[in-house]
Amino acid sequence: MPEPTEAPPVTHRGAARVPGTVPTVVVRGGTVIDESGQRRADVVCSGGTVSAVGEGLEVPSGATVLDAGGCLVVPGLVDLHVHLREPGNEDAECIDTGARAAALGGFTAVVAMPNTDPPLDNAAVASEVLALGAGAVCKIAVAGTITVGRAGEHLAPMGELADLGVRLFTDDGAGVQDSGVMRRALEYARGLGVTLAEHCEDRALAPGAAMHEGEWSSRLGVPGVPAEAEELMVARDIALVRLTKGRLHLLHLSSAGSVVLLGAAKAEGLAVTGEVTPHHLAFTDAELADYDTAFKVYPPLRTAADVAALRKGCVAGTVDAIATDHAPHRPEAKDVPLADAAPGMLGLETALAVVLGALCGGEGSPLYSASGEQLSRLSTRDVVGLMSWRPARIAQMALCQGGDQGGPITPGAPANLCVFDPTESWVVDPLRMASRSRNTPWAGRKLTGRVRHTICAGEPVVVGAEAQR
Amino acid sequence: MTSDQEAVAGKRRGESGTDTNSAPSVGARRHLLSVSDLGAEGIEEVLRVADAFVEVSKRDIPKVPALRGKTVVTLFVEESTRTKLSFETAAKRLSADVLSFNASSSSLKKGESLRDTVETVAAMGVDAFVVRHSAAGAPAAVARWVDTCVLNAGDGWHEHPTQALLDCCTIRQVLAERDGRAPAETGVECFKGLRVAIVGDVRHSRVARSSVLAFGALGARVTLVAPGTLLPPAVEAWPVAGVSHDLDEVLPQTDVCYLLRLQGERGAGRFLPSVREYAAAYGLNARRAATLADGALVMHPGPMNRGVEIADEVPDLPGSVILRQVANGVAVRMAVLFMLLGTPQGKSPAGAVAGLEDAWETSGA
Repeated sequence: MPEPTEAPPVTHRGAARVPGTVPTVVVRGGTVIDESGQRRADVVCSGGTVSAVGEGLEVPSGATVLDAGGCLVVPGLVDLHVHLREPGNEDAECIDTGARAAALGGFTAVVAMPNTDPPLDNAAVASEVLALGAGAVCKIAVAGTITVGRAGEHLAPMGELADLGVRLFTDDGAGVQDSGVMRRALEYARGLGVTLAEHCEDRALAPGAAMHEGEWSSRLGVPGVPAEAEELMVARDIALVRLTKGRLHLLHLSSAGSVVLLGAAKAEGLAVTGEVTPHHLAFTDAELADYDTAFKVYPPLRTAADVAALRKGCVAGTVDAIATDHAPHRPEAKDVPLADAAPGMLGLETALAVVLGALCGGEGSPLYSASGEQLSRLSTRDVVGLMSWRPARIAQMALCQGGDQGGPITPGAPANLCVFDPTESWVVDPLRMASRSRNTPWAGRKLTGRVRHTICAGEPVVVGAEAQR
Repeated sequence: MTSDQEAVAGKRRGESGTDTNSAPSVGARRHLLSVSDLGAEGIEEVLRVADAFVEVSKRDIPKVPALRGKTVVTLFVEESTRTKLSFETAAKRLSADVLSFNASSSSLKKGESLRDTVETVAAMGVDAFVVRHSAAGAPAAVARWVDTCVLNAGDGWHEHPTQALLDCCTIRQVLAERDGRAPAETGVECFKGLRVAIVGDVRHSRVARSSVLAFGALGARVTLVAPGTLLPPAVEAWPVAGVSHDLDEVLPQTDVCYLLRLQGERGAGRFLPSVREYAAAYGLNARRAATLADGALVMHPGPMNRGVEIADEVPDLPGSVILRQVANGVAVRMAVLFMLLGTPQGKSPAGAVAGLEDAWETSGA
């Protein structure tokens, strides 16, 4: 193995939260939004749970008061799809830095993808990651692999991993190419009550691809992958769910055709859910006109018609969740010609603002379909649903599933909260990000909507847009 | 380069165009990454300057001191003999110092990144990078990394702008000769309505991408002729007059038959059943060449696969201008280097050539 070019800086592992030591916190002056609706209310949290919700509540002595004036107070966001790079690539990101980025983005729970080195295809590695995540500033759940080594051949020990609490399994970074293996995996997973999450792409249609195959790839002379490569696997997997009665979650859908397939599967009553990323809601493949590697991502950015269809899928309710696919990379992995650049971009710290802009019609993000028709906007509550309680259910982290994520914000519920100002504008500065990497496509751009406070298990981990540890 | 920057560059060029004392107007641009950086006007200008250098190339001492003191680096990360020699010859005939970077024995082989390599060479104080790379966009990346003029000498499937320029130069030269006129007198009128067939592996061809842009900008009607597997994706968005799978049908309406090289591995079964089948359907032989429109030209960017896209006898037919393409390559690359690196004292290219040549002679060379 080659020597690392630079020793990673010493990681500051945040001290683990000790129950009972979290202070009493009053979130004052905000508007509470959860699945049940919207109301003006203060929220008091103590001992890790919400203790009171109401207008003009008295501040208990010794309590920390967090100003939520002009802000929305919502259940902590849940990200089904992050790459925390630990173990194996700690100089790009580690659990601690990724968790801090998550907290700054308003997330109180993330699901770490298993394509680490070594991959999370066994209980030993999964337990280590869970142990490392135990003291982090947001809840770290993990996904296990579907197959050993993500090689697409032998089933990973899903039972053993499920015993550790793993509820999602994926070979993300690649789809399971062999239909026979995928069928058996769905059948096996069904018995465990877990969900398979698929990165849909038929590899045979994507040799050497660095972007979406279309007008831009043709003009730029860059090998591309057509949307059909994704759609083929979406269609295959839906057929396999019909066959096996298994449960499937479709990761980072990027094409209009995939949304149609997802909608049809739901109409049929199949147990299929799907997520989209903020960047696929915001960018088209035209961003690659200058061969800017910041925009190389997998699946690739597609056409304006695809962006419109994904937005429409969110508005119509077909899309179940927004997940960032936060994918940190060191500069040396991006400072190369496009063909050689690693795919992926940071997402955690910008997600909420980007999604508000894309789906609520924020500044500079008009909601138009490809044919020019104006699309209906989504309410802020629906956006929060896409980023909180709906993904929480997919990850089996919701209150009704024995979990602690996704609200509601009522007395007795776990105190996982995100407080954000939907009108505050800020300019993205990669050097100020908590992530260990800098590969954000939003560098220097202005976004509207900013997380002010994040409360994770009762602890104010982000206050005034600053991480507290 | 973004379209905004292009627009700015174009505007700057337009403003200086009337001022005869200013630097060559293409000098307002920093780089040549794509034919689209030039536009019709820019292409015409390159051709005009190239004609002056064609004349220089015919002299006993085909060398002028126009770029004396300038340093040109040929950074060929992908191997190429003819383009590299052509650029180096061009730079030397302009009296530039040439540093040749050999990828196979370089620091890149030792694991140094392209960026570090380029920054290291740039730190030595060079004026231009001529970049050949197997990845599309690599010259654009180099242009972002260093504050040095960058010329694209071929990047992946993307573009090979000087090839397209030398093709235009050759067509104009031949058509002007037929009319008994100097190329400069004809302007670019000869391209209006010219029927060009580009035949072969368009999908993987940087030459095709540049040529389509150049011929299209000058008003030619381009038809792509290839089997479906070798056509680019979203071909309907290309600025071409048509697409055909039938060479025999296209040839009688063709004034310029431009053959692309078929790389050997394409015949291995994924794109074509066999090279033999390709040659039978799309190879140009004497029988087919005879069906071309009267006076049609046959062109090839080289290197040729004789017996595949071009039959052995075709390069020797009267309509073949393949060797003239090579000869003009040097003059066109001289023109581009001169226009990007030349000093304001050069005034006009013709003036620069004449004036500086006097200086050259008096310096006792």
